[in-house]
Amino acid sequence: MHEMSLCEGVLRLIQDQARLQEFSRVQVVRLEIGELSHAEPEAMELCFEAVMKGSLADGARLEIIRTKGRGRCRKCGTEAALKHRFDPCPSCGAFGLEVIDGDAMRIKELEVD
Amino acid sequence: MCTYCGCGQTGGHTHEHEHEHSHDGHVHSHPHDHGHDHHHHDDHDHHHAPLGGSHAPGLDEARIVQIESDILGANNRYAAENRAFLAGRKTFALNLVSSPGSGKTTLLVKTIEALRGEFPIAVIEGDQQTGLDAERIRATDVPAIQINTGKGCHLDAHMVGHAIQNLDPEAGGVLFVENVGNLVCPAAFDLGEAHKVVVLSVTEGEDKPLKYPDMFAVSDLMVINKVDLLPYLSFDVARCIEYARRIRPEIEVVQVSATTGQGLDEWLAWIRRGREAATARRRQAG
Repeated sequence: MHEMSLCEGVLRLIQDQARLQEFSRVQVVRLEIGELSHAEPEAMELCFEAVMKGSLADGARLEIIRTKGRGRCRKCGTEAALKHRFDPCPSCGAFGLEVIDGDAMRIKELEVD
Repeated sequence: MCTYCGCGQTGGHTHEHEHEHSHDGHVHSHPHDHGHDHHHHDDHDHHHAPLGGSHAPGLDEARIVQIESDILGANNRYAAENRAFLAGRKTFALNLVSSPGSGKTTLLVKTIEALRGEFPIAVIEGDQQTGLDAERIRATDVPAIQINTGKGCHLDAHMVGHAIQNLDPEAGGVLFVENVGNLVCPAAFDLGEAHKVVVLSVTEGEDKPLKYPDMFAVSDLMVINKVDLLPYLSFDVARCIEYARRIRPEIEVVQVSATTGQGLDEWLAWIRRGREAATARRRQAG
């Protein structure tokens, strides 16, 4: 379950920001997890609670913003919603659409005090 | 303690490197002394004490802090350092990924036996437990380091960075990183390799690329292994390749049997070409 490592990454980013922006408690963590990214939101929620325990984000609420997958056809250039990486182009049927959105895993913002 | 991978914290992977840790002053230095600058990323200064607890309550108000950072940013920075170091060493690095039991280690042993007279080879082995694979590799007389990830399901660029320092690979060769057997998690973690190579054995079923698309999306070569068993199975090789190319149209494919040696020449030629191209590019660049 690599979501554990991803949550550890989130905690490190929070700790870095806590030093830079001088806050001591985190109430809400907002993540963007794309539908085509490497993380499952449910697994993230599970790991988040465990990883944040004892840290400045202990008990913080996790909010996940789910971005939709989007692809661009390499053959005809059509841009379309992409639910799975192996979905064909809706106009020409070609496979292997280039992912242009929905593959990010980002920490967007925090609510802190 | 190292906040990146938790070494020393969770009893995770074992690395035998020398690590300067000063726990009281929160200083952490990695002795990357192989001729590349080891920048300590941005504002990142490796503090290790838990934060918080020292602020007076009631003085602060809730506020929004915009961050907009890639969760994998730290891993990616370590990966970039590994890549720069390997470029400096003119070392062609491959990250071998697959499910458990695809025959990666057997393939590696056969590969090393065929290539070790041509250029230097070094190996990093990743497994949750045991040093068995590194022992198999060392029996071929090339240097190998085992990383045990403990409960971890993948190698990350930080662990591999330490292993590379430890191995201190000879210039102009090939570094093989055999990742933990897992078709999911290692896909997310760039280690600084030139290519991810996904090994798929014909006993696993031709629909693996569709079931685990993330891994095939990041791999440049698919090695279909154990093809000597095809007469006994219903595995459809053409369909498997078609599935993989739905996800990654440019993925190259070689079909091999590590045990019988069938198809190995094509795989070895792919490695030689990659190594030569990498060295030539670096000569031009340098």
